[in-house]
Amino acid sequence: MKKKLLMGNEAIALGAMRAGVSVVTGYPGTPSTEVLETVAKHNDGSIYVEWSVNEKAALEVAAGAAYAGARSMVTMKQVGLNVASDPLMSLNYVGIKGGMVIVVADDPGPISSQTEQDTRHFGKYAKLAVFDPSTPEEAYTMIADAFDYSEKYGRPVLFRPTTRVCHSCASVEILDNIPGKKPEGFEKSSRWVIFPKLSYENKIVIEEDLKRMNDDFSGYERNFISGSGKKGIAAGGVSYCYVKEAIENLSAGCKLLKVSTTPFPQKLALEFLKGLDEVLVIEELDPVIENELITLCGIHNLRVKIKGKLTGHIKNAGENTVDSVFSSIMDFLGENTAVTTSVPSDNPPELPVRPPVLCAGCPHRASFFAVKEATKGLDAVYSGDIGCYTLGNAKPLNMVDTCLCMGAGITVAQGLHRVEPDRINFAFIGDSTFFHTGIPGIINAVYNQTDIIVVILDNSTTAMTGQQPHPGTGKTMMGSISEVISIYNVVSALNVSKIVKANPFDTEAAEAAVNAVINERGVRVIIFEAPCIFVSKGKDKYVVNSDKCTGCKVCINKLGCPAIEMDGKKAKINATLCTGCGICLSVCKFGAIGGERND
Amino acid sequence: MTNLLIAGVGGQGTVLASKLIAAAAMNKGLDVRTTETIGMAQRGGSVVSHVRMGRNVHSPLIRPKRAQAIIGFEPAEAVRILHYLSGNGLMIVCDTAIKPVTSSLSGDTYKVSEMTDYLKNNVKSLVIIDGEKLLRECRNPKTLNVALLGAAVESGVFPFGADDMKDALQNTLPQRFIDINLNSFEIGRRIFNETRNAG
Repeated sequence: MKKKLLMGNEAIALGAMRAGVSVVTGYPGTPSTEVLETVAKHNDGSIYVEWSVNEKAALEVAAGAAYAGARSMVTMKQVGLNVASDPLMSLNYVGIKGGMVIVVADDPGPISSQTEQDTRHFGKYAKLAVFDPSTPEEAYTMIADAFDYSEKYGRPVLFRPTTRVCHSCASVEILDNIPGKKPEGFEKSSRWVIFPKLSYENKIVIEEDLKRMNDDFSGYERNFISGSGKKGIAAGGVSYCYVKEAIENLSAGCKLLKVSTTPFPQKLALEFLKGLDEVLVIEELDPVIENELITLCGIHNLRVKIKGKLTGHIKNAGENTVDSVFSSIMDFLGENTAVTTSVPSDNPPELPVRPPVLCAGCPHRASFFAVKEATKGLDAVYSGDIGCYTLGNAKPLNMVDTCLCMGAGITVAQGLHRVEPDRINFAFIGDSTFFHTGIPGIINAVYNQTDIIVVILDNSTTAMTGQQPHPGTGKTMMGSISEVISIYNVVSALNVSKIVKANPFDTEAAEAAVNAVINERGVRVIIFEAPCIFVSKGKDKYVVNSDKCTGCKVCINKLGCPAIEMDGKKAKINATLCTGCGICLSVCKFGAIGGERND
Repeated sequence: MTNLLIAGVGGQGTVLASKLIAAAAMNKGLDVRTTETIGMAQRGGSVVSHVRMGRNVHSPLIRPKRAQAIIGFEPAEAVRILHYLSGNGLMIVCDTAIKPVTSSLSGDTYKVSEMTDYLKNNVKSLVIIDGEKLLRECRNPKTLNVALLGAAVESGVFPFGADDMKDALQNTLPQRFIDINLNSFEIGRRIFNETRNAG
């Protein structure tokens, strides 16, 4: 037996490979990204892996592979499933042949997301099973179970880890591969063509299968009861680990139900409820287990009090922590919670606030700066989108007025413009987001003759999630080189009237590009091209000549670059952070920045 | 069970540091759980790694007041998570400040001495590493993380020794970075001992 330190996402990937997955698709999104990357890294060439253009495409590619009998896996973050919800909802009515697992990582907190949505609701809504692992080691074996259940019922299944499972590491015992069978291939049949009559017939079977899964999951080994007592705790996901830790050294015993699936294991839960007076439910994010228990008590006329998020005993926003769970459990079990350790007696000094910022040398800073300078004094609204460039909202740039979801900047700008046509509407979008859902928005604007300026920030990568390739990079996850899809050519094929390109670090040219389109009408597109600092080599670094620096702080106040700080009364460039992008040179009126040197 | 925390600023290499500790512990046959900040919060934000080693570790997160040690890569970040340290826990902190852009903008750059004074008043077992000296000797600021691991290994907080950590370095890092990191590791060890003897 061999143990390996694996991140949850690596465990999911290796677990899926062990289970014989042969097609893996996805779109990057924190905290899910490393699943697909790990498969690609360990791929001997026998697995087809792709970053798809968006989650809908990813899910459909994987569905096609599963139609042909292959085991397929799709990966995305929770909001990605909103994009993929159309194929998801219909796919259950059609079904699949090879096992298909849709890995959707939820993000309690949220730590890196727009919403705190709970994918288990999507499972219920789409009438699909959801697996909810508590630890990396459980995820490693559970993903194989997910493939088995998917094949057993001929339906896709969802697999929902949360951030603390995805991004925590654990010692995982590596098991032998599960012997698999070759995909049977696609067989032509009317079952693959969705029609109302077929959907009605299949809906009946779906409902029957949900009941079968109820029973089935009561016997599933990852749903289980331990302990005894008059009080019970039901928990799922990483919260189960917090509960285990909290109750370990308690004098008062309690009964514990671990829930790892929906459909809810009703028979098992009835056994758990037997003899209990009250139950505390601890889960992330929504009260899913809690509602199931309440329903069960209603159906079976059980007098058990169910406490949790609905009763205010557990907080209903943000992630659980071992401490928040601990204090709820102590209250519930009536344990003494007197604090024994000393707390610092004096108040800590005021701590610096550290919001995430655009990196030193980030081309987005230069692009925002160019637009800001060019529109000085004009009444303009700047719609943003999802990516690193959302950070352009921070001071001193203040260049993101709206941000909603992938691709929405371009379309929200159009709506704003319809109400206030005299304001200038800019929409910023990154290259990967442009391919993901940006293109239809531009078509919409051209078709409906809306006056907007779309600024495409092309940094040659999907930066925020860790530099994944996309259609504009010409690289694939199979290591092959594909035709680069030119953003300029795509935009010009959409009949955009005016398109300009510029290197944002050439501050004069960048400002000129904005000025060239600002007084035109219709849809105008500016493409700012400069690679992310993580995909390009840094140039020579710059230094501040302290004799020339007057300490006016204009460089700091205009750019907000993390590499420039005040050292006493003079500006100083941090050599570790500076990438030599050079926009600060154009900002300093005293020529104090320069002195290019090789490091 | 050993619970320890690493606190720093995105880009300081806290994630690699926790990986190296975990690798060394696993080679000793210990089970390990770690968790940290990845994604949006990383871009220049505060980052904390939880590292837990031993048997029957359930939660990846450490409870407040239960950490035997905190390795602070940055003084304000060490103060920020002080409430995790147990009453007789050890704090090793590098005293070089990383000033956030926001403080440069507002003009109220924080004072390192305020942070270190606070730590001196509230931590029984405290070792403040002279960051300037450490960086000067290591020469490559990217190896600060490994140098601080050298300091921590000398403090005895790890359930393994210096040689185990060196093995982990050699097995984890790309070949071309091994020598410079081993060098910084030794510098960190030496400076820790000099600091402790002086203090």
